[in-house]
Parts: sequence; structure tokens; C-alpha cells
Amino acid sequence: MARGMLIDVTKCVGCGACVEACQQANGQPPHEARHFDQDTFTYLLDRGNDVYVRRLCMHCLNPACASACPIGALRKTAEGPVTYDPQRCMGCRYCMTACPFGVPTYEWFSPAPRVRKCEMCARRPQGPACAEACPTGATQAGFRDQLVAEAQRRIQEDPKTYYPYIYGLREAGGTSVLYIGPAEPEALGLPTHVGFEPLPQLTWRALKHVPDVVVFGGVLLSGFWWLTKRKEEVARHEGAHKSKEVNHDR
Amino acid sequence: MTAKKLVLPRLGFWWVAAGILLIALGVIAAVRFTKGLGAVTNLSDPFPWGLWIGFDVLCGVGLAAGGFAIAAAVYVFHLEDFKPILRPTILTAFLGYALVIVALIFDLGKPWNIWHPIVMWNPHSVMFEVGWCVMLYTTVLFLEFLPAVLERFRLAKPLRILAKASPFLVILGVILSTLHQSSLGSLFLILPHKVHPLWYSPLLPVLFFVSAVAAGLAMTVVESWFSRRAFGRPIETALLARLSRTSVVVLALYLALRLRDLIARQALPTLFPLSLASWLFLAELILGVVVPMVALATAWVRSSPRRLAIFQGMVVLGFILNRLNVSITAVESATGYRYLPAIPEFLVTMGLVALGMLGFCAACKYFNVFPETQWREEEKWRTAPAASLAIDG
Ligand code: SF4
Ligand code: SF4
Ligand code: SF4
Repeated sequence: MARGMLIDVTKCVGCGACVEACQQANGQPPHEARHFDQDTFTYLLDRGNDVYVRRLCMHCLNPACASACPIGALRKTAEGPVTYDPQRCMGCRYCMTACPFGVPTYEWFSPAPRVRKCEMCARRPQGPACAEACPTGATQAGFRDQLVAEAQRRIQEDPKTYYPYIYGLREAGGTSVLYIGPAEPEALGLPTHVGFEPLPQLTWRALKHVPDVVVFGGVLLSGFWWLTKRKEEVARHEGAHKSKEVNHDR
Repeated sequence: MTAKKLVLPRLGFWWVAAGILLIALGVIAAVRFTKGLGAVTNLSDPFPWGLWIGFDVLCGVGLAAGGFAIAAAVYVFHLEDFKPILRPTILTAFLGYALVIVALIFDLGKPWNIWHPIVMWNPHSVMFEVGWCVMLYTTVLFLEFLPAVLERFRLAKPLRILAKASPFLVILGVILSTLHQSSLGSLFLILPHKVHPLWYSPLLPVLFFVSAVAAGLAMTVVESWFSRRAFGRPIETALLARLSRTSVVVLALYLALRLRDLIARQALPTLFPLSLASWLFLAELILGVVVPMVALATAWVRSSPRRLAIFQGMVVLGFILNRLNVSITAVESATGYRYLPAIPEFLVTMGLVALGMLGFCAACKYFNVFPETQWREEEKWRTAPAASLAIDG
């Protein structure tokens, strides 16, 4: 079963323990986190009125970043996390371009730069450090199916507190990180332009024609080559004939 | 040979400019490979692709499209009269691709891993397809140009083998080019919300392919004109005129596709309120497609190599504008992030263009790039010097 995380915005008090734990777990210098950058895999969006929205990689079920990566440096693991292998990466940055949530960042000032993003602490035996550190249970790690059920239960049991929507259930084809909160996703500052279609499909619609281009293109071009070659031969032949006839006449 | 004397003094300025650019290229490379991409570019996390991808790669590949179009005309369709311009076009294409690789070495974060797509496969990635196309097609172009090198060293046996293989090579080249040109458009399919609707379209691969053919043909004409200026080569006006007629058809096809697509997606209203992006869109389509298409359709324009070069030059510029629009303008206006290339980015781009031109000059000097032209035109000049002078002017 695939793992995921549930962010319950209504429970977040904005203490920043998750951010701190994340920086520590990833060996980054402790710093104030305002947006994603090479040392920031998660940060809190202050939406006012004591509403804090944590941002991190969504760990899409069908990630645009992994589908874009030419060499599979980014990969959706069966366990849930989307992981990155710097040894493979060649630095084309297509993953950064492709991610609809604006998550991957780059080490712009390194001679051997890496793409940086949350890996759901895939290499940490105890699981996500942020969930472990969260004092209120606003960030919770677990199996995605169970988290979805849990989110539904909370919304149902307390319709006054929760806006009845699970962000991440269908976004970009579904994500392993899920959000519930006091307002609609737009008001929480979560990206809403991403749509519900898994983005890799858009590419595949074009890419699947590649074998056709090779096969039919090959046949067609070879055909033209052969046909026009014949024409030329025939023309040469006739030309020879004609000149012979001319000679004959003379 | 008389032409050389005329040309040398004019080249002086260009040699100096090229020298300066090449030095700049070296310095920037040193900084880039020690301090990172951020030290020489204005690229950022929200804007990870800039001028080097938008111009050097997208345009470099597109402008090389003449290579496969002319090769197909000569070898696949047996239109032998295009042979005189075949070699220069192949040479341009090869240099274009070689420069794309150099640009990639600058742009890739870890260029020493550039070979990874050979062994690490992700066929679901457009970038994977792009990588393979660059590798294979550069090899094909090299083999297509190789005869010129072998002739020089009088290696008859490999020449014969290559001659036998050439139809196969050319067909392979056409397929690879088709895939490559279109895949550069497919690259943007996965970012529907990051590309302005005036440019984002599911048809992007098709549009990229058709516009590349137009640009490739245009480039062939423009380059013939420049070759004449630089090497004193006479021009095959009739050939270029015929090529330009084809351009008209290709441009018309492109325009029809583009408008049909814009209308079907109801994207035209996004032209308003008029912004910089809308003006760039209009410039790209009107100055880069409509005007040259109409002009090239007239016999008046097609009768003069200079006018041909001017209007085909507009096609080339329109094409460049289109690629920059897709990769920069459209992304800027859809995401709201700004990107203006840093000066070193411009310098590298210019340096690479200079490198390409130097390569072209060197190849022309050492190898027989314009074989047939020379022979034919010499004959023409002998028989009717006055007439050809009048046309060429
Ligand atoms: S949010 Fe972006 S980086 Fe994270 S898995 Fe999805 S596409 Fe990849
Ligand atoms: S930058 Fe690295 S991880 Fe991202 S797509 Fe390119 S090779 Fe893959
Ligand atoms: S899962 Fe790990 S890397 Fe990701 S935000 Fe939490 S602590 Fe940071």
C-alpha cells in the first residue's frame, strides 16, 4: 500500500516544528523558510486569521516531474514517495518546468548542481520527520487510502469547521499528499490551476505516435525513393531510345 | 578566385568580432563551470529555461531543418537540380546540431552525464526522445557531409560505400528530423498552465514541424545569399525561386493550421487586452508568416536573389520570434514570472553563432562544399555574363 500524508490546515498552529524538523532531517542550515529553494523543502504559508498552510511536494500519483525526466532520475516509488537520484540526473531541468505545483528547485550556484525537493523522507527509516515533529497532528503520515478515509470522516463529523473538499484527491490526477481545511483550496493559497488530468497524458498523446512516424514515414519515403527512381530510369531509357531513333532517322 | 580578393577586407571586422566573442565564450565557460549556472544566467527556480534553450537549442535545431528538406528533395524525390545547394545545407545543419550540443553542454547542470539517456531509459519523456534524436541525427548529418571530407583525402572506397548508403541515410535523417522538430514542440505539452493560450496547443508538435520546414527552406535561401557575399559564389536564382515557391505553400499550410487551432481553442480573444505578448504574437504571425508568404508568392520578389533573401530573412526572424515566444514570452505571461537573459547568456549565444560561422567558412575553405555550383555557374558566366549580373544585383 502506498504511503501519503494528510495536512489538516484547521489543526495547524503555525509553530513551524515541521519546517525545523525538515531542515534538520535533510542536513540544511536552520533558516526561515518563505518559499521553495535549494535548502527549503517545506514552508508555511501565512494566510492570515491564524490560518497556516504547509507547502511541500505533493508526491503526485502520476508525477509530471518523473514522466518528464529523460533518465528516470526522479521516480514514483511503489511506496508513495517521488524520489530523486542525483547520480543519474544530467540537469536538464525539465522536471522543474513540468511540475505543475512549482516544487523542484535547483542549486544554481553549484558546479555540480542537484535538483532539490522533498522526498517524503524516503530514506529515513522512521518516515517523514515533519509528521513526527508536528505537535498537533496537523501533518500526519500514513497509508493514503486510510488518510483519505480519515479526511472524509473529519469533514463529515465536523462540517462547521471543514470545507468539504479534499485537495489532492483528484488534483493533477491525484496526489499522495492530501489537504483538508477551513476554506476552499484557492483561499488556502493552494494551486488550483492544475486541473484533474494527470499531466503525463498530455505528452503521451503525442509521444505514442512516434513508432507510427518511424514505420509509415519509412515506408512512404522508401516508396517515393523507389518510385521517383523508376521514373528517372524510365526517362533515361526513353531518352536513350529517342536519341537512337533520331540517329536512325539521320 | 577573383572573388576572394574582393571579400577579404570586408571580413576583417567580422574576424575581430568573432575573436572577441570566442574569448568571451571561454571566460564565461570558466565561470559557469566553477561557480554554477546562477553566476552567469538570470535563470531561477520558477524560470529554469532561458535563452540557451529558447534560442540556441530550439532555433538551432529548427534552422537546420533545411538539411533534411533538401536532402529529401535530392535523394528521396530525385529532384537532382537541387544538388548544388545540398552540401552547404547539410553543412549548416551539421554545424547547427553541433552547436546545439555545445549549447547543451553550457546549459545542462551536469553535462558530463549527457550520455545517460543512452543507458537510462524513460520513453515516456519527451526529453528522452529529444536526446536520442540529437545524438542520432548529428551522426547522420556527419555521415551525410562525410563525402566532402573523403573527397578531399581521395578515399575512394569509403566514398563508394557511403554513396550506396546515402538513400538509406537520408530517409533515416528525414524520419529523425521529423521526430526531433515535432518533439521540441511536444516538450511544452506537459505545461498547459505555464504557456499562454496563444501558444499552448495540443498541435504544438505539428506546428513546430511545419514551421521548422519553412524556416529550414528560408535559411537555405538566406545562406546562399550570404555565401555569395562571403565567398563570391554566384547564386542559382532559379533554384532559390523554386524553393521559395515551396516556402509559400509551407507558410500557407502553417498559417492555416495555426489559425484553425487558435479558433478551435477560442484562444484569439486572449489577445486582448493588448499586452507586449499580444504584440509579439502579432509580429510573429504577420511579419514572420503573412507578409513573407504574400511577398514570396509574387514573381517580382522571386526574380531577385536580394529580395528573396530579405523576405526569407523575415521568415527566419519570425521563426526565431516564435520559438522565443513559446519558450519565454508565453511562459512569462502565463506564470507572471519575469526573465530577461543576463549579458553572459547573450554573449554565449552570439559566441556560438560566431563559432558556427567560422566553422562554415573553414569547411568551405578546406572541403568542396559548393562543387556543382562552381562548375555550372562558371559555364553560365562564360556564356552570358551580362545577364546573370543583372539578375544577381
Ligand atoms: S508536486 Fe511536482 S515535484 Fe512533487 S511529485 Fe508532483 S510533479 Fe513531482
Ligand atoms: S534535471 Fe535531472 S531530475 Fe530533472 S528532468 Fe533533468 S535529468 Fe531528470
Ligand atoms: S517529508 Fe521529510 S523532506 Fe518532506 S517536508 Fe517532511 S520532513 Fe521535509
